[in-house]
Amino acid sequence: MSAAAAIRTQVQAALPRFDLPLVITPRPAPELLAIGIPALDTLTQGGIPRGSMTEIAGEASSGRTTILHSLIARATSQGEYCTLIDTHDAFDPATAAECGAVLSHLLWIRCGANTENALKAADRIVQAGGFGLVIFDLSDTDMLSARRISLASWFRLRHAVEKTSSALAVFSRQFNARSCSRLQIELRRTGTTWSTHLRSVAFEAETRKYQFSRRAAFEAQRFDPLA
Amino acid sequence: MNLFACLYAPGNLPLLVECAREFSPHMEEVPSDALIFDLTGLNKMFGTPADIAALIAARVGVPASIGIAPNPDCALHCARGFAGVTIVLRGRECAALAPLPVNLLQAPAEIAETFDQWGIRTFGELAALPPLGVAARLGQEGTRLWQLARGEWERLLNSARDPLRFSEELELEYPVELLEPLSFLLSRMLHDLCARLHQASLAASEIRLRLTLETGFVHARTLRFPAPMIDPLALLKILQLDLQGQPPTAPVVKVTLEAEPARPRTQQHGLFQPQSPEPEKMELTIARIGAFVGAGNIGTPRIQDTHRPDAFEMVRFGSVVGETVSQSGPVRAALRRFRPPRVAQVQLSGGRPVNVRSLSISGVVQDCSGPWRTSGDWWTSEAWERDEWDVALSSGMLVRMHFDRGTERWFLEGCYD
Repeated sequence: MSAAAAIRTQVQAALPRFDLPLVITPRPAPELLAIGIPALDTLTQGGIPRGSMTEIAGEASSGRTTILHSLIARATSQGEYCTLIDTHDAFDPATAAECGAVLSHLLWIRCGANTENALKAADRIVQAGGFGLVIFDLSDTDMLSARRISLASWFRLRHAVEKTSSALAVFSRQFNARSCSRLQIELRRTGTTWSTHLRSVAFEAETRKYQFSRRAAFEAQRFDPLA
Repeated sequence: MNLFACLYAPGNLPLLVECAREFSPHMEEVPSDALIFDLTGLNKMFGTPADIAALIAARVGVPASIGIAPNPDCALHCARGFAGVTIVLRGRECAALAPLPVNLLQAPAEIAETFDQWGIRTFGELAALPPLGVAARLGQEGTRLWQLARGEWERLLNSARDPLRFSEELELEYPVELLEPLSFLLSRMLHDLCARLHQASLAASEIRLRLTLETGFVHARTLRFPAPMIDPLALLKILQLDLQGQPPTAPVVKVTLEAEPARPRTQQHGLFQPQSPEPEKMELTIARIGAFVGAGNIGTPRIQDTHRPDAFEMVRFGSVVGETVSQSGPVRAALRRFRPPRVAQVQLSGGRPVNVRSLSISGVVQDCSGPWRTSGDWWTSEAWERDEWDVALSSGMLVRMHFDRGTERWFLEGCYD
């Protein structure tokens, strides 16, 4: 007997006079948006879920922006429109284009390190709908400011995105949205390869909030403009 | 039954147009002396063609020949060929036009010469020729002239229409100082403007607002939309947001609103096409976000054609058409930029950095590669030359920094993430 069915039996036994419409409908499996990095797509069983919030967290140089660029590249190359709410104005269009991003399909909102404005912009964009991917980049926001974003704001974002087929990805230093996110990915850097120049960087990703924690490693090469 | 009138008065075309407007909106100007207009259906209002002709003659105001006939060209030839009023009923066209000289047909020079050689002088003589013989010798144009001479050439009027102009103007009795009462006026004007656009099956691709101020200056704003819009409430909100960002500097005494008409957007999405934001809704959302992040901070990045690092410009979202390409190749390490680049103090040993200090990022250099020298724009006043380094710091960050050879200072440019 499943846990939901057991609870139902217990409640009905305790309250026999009431015919409880206690039917727990299983949520359908979400549609997924591929990340574009094979190791991570395998790890997440296909990508990040649409109509949900995904948190991707890690320290500086842990591979967050590599995933961000890959997500944009993957979505825009399929003809989808993306929004990047860039709290600290750190997005580099040139390297994103090198990763395969179609910049004409990207709406970039530069918030000048104002977290409140970024949050308002994210809310407006999610409410407007029509984007395949919405990225809320809090990667450079200090932990205290990110923690100050109220749980009610995260719930509002989650509730708004549930009605759409957009995938909402939040990048930050630590997980902030708590129960509002459907998937959490934690990143860390595991190594760096140097030859005459910085050749590649190795990262490790760990998923949270799935039935069990899983890990995967991936590597990103440095783009050499002179090559 | 079709009925057309033609007014012929050399040099008085504007008066003829004014007279014809009282009878019909469908008219064709024949340069530069005649005007044909449609009288179909007027018999119910004004009576027989003779009654209508009398009314036209009374209103035209200048000496003019009037031709009334079942088709436009027959009416034209009657007005040009006969003085006074000529009325031709259906079935009598050929006989009525017969005495007119054939040069009224304005045939091409080659055919006119042929008519002359054949001894054809009048419409009647041309109309008496066998049609197959005319077609065999003069072709399609000959057949058309033959039908014109018989008064049987049917065609539609090539109506001249006034260019569509959508503008509203309001002079105020008292100057308006606040945006809120101004919004009420704009709302009324936008509703009228959008109703007129809707009647013409058009939408606005651009709105031009001109506010004449009490000081005499004009506060002009132009809003262009990537997709034509027709919703007055959305347009009002966009105007309000724009005026909040750029308010007039003095009370307003006159408001002029003009819309650039365009065909409304019609698009049918495929079942399996990815979703895209609705342009009208998106324009409003962008205006709302632009009001608090700044209009220049929202849009689509366009990389400039230069090797200068971080060279891009922001363009309006939806204004650039890009080709989608399939993603391929290895995963690339991405760079997070520091804007503006952070000034740093770098300690060198043997020409290589060993310690980096800045306001926010510091650490001992554990690994580094460089220098990679780049330069550009040396032919302009904005020349740049720099030595670029990739550095792994003890704090765990992978930083790209550079030594600016122009200012001889170190800058942290971004971090690999």
